[in-house]
Amino acid sequence: MAQKVAIVGTGQTDHKSHRPDVTGQEMIREAVDRALEDCGITIRDIDAIVIGNMDHFESINYVDNWSIEGSGGFMKPIMKVTTGGTTGASVAIAAYYHVASGMFDRVLAIGWEKNSESDTTGAIITCSDPIWDRFSYSGAIPSLATEATAYMKQYGATQEDAARVAVRDRNNALNNPHAHLQRPITLEDVMSSPMLAHPIKLLDVCPRTDGACAVVFAADGEAQRLAKQPAWVHATAVRHTYSWFGDSTDYDAGLVSLARASQEAYKKAGISNPAEELDVAELYLPYTYAGIKWIEDLNFCGRGEGAKFVRDGNTNMDGMIPVNPSGGVISTNCIGATALLRVAEASIQVMGKGGKRQLPKVNKALATGFGGCFWSDVMILGAERS
Amino acid sequence: MDNIAIVGVAQTKYAKRKKDKTCADLVFDVTRAAMEDAGLTLGDVDNVVTVSNDFIDGRTISSMAVGDAAGAHDKNISTVEGDGTFGALYGAMRTLGGFGTTLVVTHAKGSEGDVRFITNGMFDPIYQRLLGLESISSSALQARMYMDRYGLTEEDFARVSVKNHANGKNNPFAHLQLDVTVDDVMNSEKLADPLKKLDCSPVSDGAAAIIIANESHVKKAKTKPVWVRGMAHCSDAYLLGDRDLAVPQSLAAASKKAYTMAGISDPLKSIDLVELYDAFSYMEPMWLEGMGFCEAGKGARLLDQGVTAMSGGLPVNPSGGVLSSHAMLVAGLARIIESVLQLRGEAGQRQVENAKTALAHGINGACGQAHCVWILGNQK
Repeated sequence: MAQKVAIVGTGQTDHKSHRPDVTGQEMIREAVDRALEDCGITIRDIDAIVIGNMDHFESINYVDNWSIEGSGGFMKPIMKVTTGGTTGASVAIAAYYHVASGMFDRVLAIGWEKNSESDTTGAIITCSDPIWDRFSYSGAIPSLATEATAYMKQYGATQEDAARVAVRDRNNALNNPHAHLQRPITLEDVMSSPMLAHPIKLLDVCPRTDGACAVVFAADGEAQRLAKQPAWVHATAVRHTYSWFGDSTDYDAGLVSLARASQEAYKKAGISNPAEELDVAELYLPYTYAGIKWIEDLNFCGRGEGAKFVRDGNTNMDGMIPVNPSGGVISTNCIGATALLRVAEASIQVMGKGGKRQLPKVNKALATGFGGCFWSDVMILGAERS
Repeated sequence: MDNIAIVGVAQTKYAKRKKDKTCADLVFDVTRAAMEDAGLTLGDVDNVVTVSNDFIDGRTISSMAVGDAAGAHDKNISTVEGDGTFGALYGAMRTLGGFGTTLVVTHAKGSEGDVRFITNGMFDPIYQRLLGLESISSSALQARMYMDRYGLTEEDFARVSVKNHANGKNNPFAHLQLDVTVDDVMNSEKLADPLKKLDCSPVSDGAAAIIIANESHVKKAKTKPVWVRGMAHCSDAYLLGDRDLAVPQSLAAASKKAYTMAGISDPLKSIDLVELYDAFSYMEPMWLEGMGFCEAGKGARLLDQGVTAMSGGLPVNPSGGVLSSHAMLVAGLARIIESVLQLRGEAGQRQVENAKTALAHGINGACGQAHCVWILGNQK
């Protein structure tokens, strides 16, 4: 029988486009120290560590071994879990299973990325098949641009509909002291920003950020001791369903991986009407069009209704289901940490530690991870022990 | 904690170059073979852990290339980067944490990369990489320190190579099928003093898969279950200079924890065979010391006394070990698979008589920075 697990502490670095003041290990250490402090423990109390990043970005192989001075893993069990953009969520889910298995009571999950030291696009292009895909349809922006175009054609959504997501998230980021981009933007700013790949403009996409995130997972019994209000893990679900970009382009079907993963998670967490029952969603939205389309796959609204749902203010801080109080990925994107930041921010809301970005009463929170070949990870957290 | 067991295993024959297969082909082959071994179908596999490494595969998000081949479409899947024993450990945690069955699959094609370049990437990019440190040169430093500490000779290590290569001839999956003598090892090309070519494992292509089942799901499989009685992992310091390279303290810690889980107080008495990660000949005696089979510096004497021979009290690497086949990432999972075959009594010519308890071992990082230890038994 799995033992119950909760998040009891989180730590994140000060995110910037370039952190020349710290090495990778030191940057990891910054997040780890803050996470330990958040739940009032020291590294001696940590039983095991799970860490992840994208190897080719900083060109460091076996990051679990390399990072020991930063992670605090000397003479501890450490494991590396890496799944591309979903890495942060995969690390969180692995930390969950470390505890749920009964093998460990206090586990540290770490995601990090020092994008300033890499050619992100150059590295990410190598994710596609070297013979068939790499020279035609690869990298992050081309595949997302194709998805956006198909969605606009199908449902009549406009570039302005998508731009509203950037305006919402970037303005939410002003309340988050850890957010990388902290400049208010308008619809006009997004619309007049340089076109990268039609219809995606510069302000429609996430930045590249240096940063790290650490989250402490604890077992039932221990969790109540370490946190006044632990964020209990109610459900996790994963779908990394395609290997080829060409297989994931049945755009009529939506983002299949997210639809399937969220259905499973809702079922596990006993949620039938997510938009009403969830109090907040921290979504891995790497570009604005995801913010109007993928919320349909999450069943926040009906097919083709995403743009209107956002336009009507349902996802604002005072709306039915606030999305990304932290400012989301559009404001901060340290890739290996990005999905773990979603989990951390969702748990911060449940624990009531969100400061200026805190929502009044959060009982249930959703976090997602996105990456790879249109893959999705989902975690649902709750205030009740479940 | 529930009981869990390994109910299906499969490995490819290891070879220098599998030109006719892509990584996905290899993964597909062992996935299907492991299910056939267990008598299970894809519908019985609840979730998947793949093991890959972006540097080795030359692809970022290397797991992208093998998910479909591992049968993970519309299933829960994750990926561990590191040795297969660590991937299996995560698979075991998932099985204990709620899944009925977990498939763990790992692959590597050493032939498609530059192993020196890939293992150089383990080292600190500012201070160490430019020195050219990689797996062989760093291991040579470790071997030398071990020799100096305990007065060991190159011949002590050569005898390990002779034993394991001879064992490899009984293993149809082994990459190298060599007859070698101590003289052959001593006269083979020196790669990094004191390591010679026959002290070093080959670079192999291959893949392997196991299926782990929770006790509630064990009966679904047709095989004799091999029970996981203990498992643990631990990492030492990163910088070689921060470690006592002659004393594998992270292995000692992992072993102790695994023994405690398995209720073992005297490993030499309780364990019938060991499959350990001998990427280099000197590693076998050193790891045996770390595992507590003898005192520090006495590992080579176990070999001299015949303890680690097929006919001895503690046969070590009946399969020929990593010295005979070294597909990176796969090699540790192969140690688990070999142990499973031994405990089922299905190891053919390399079978250790009456094997009831086995130790399987994997390493991560330079000079065995991290270790993973499994205690497997044919009884719960």
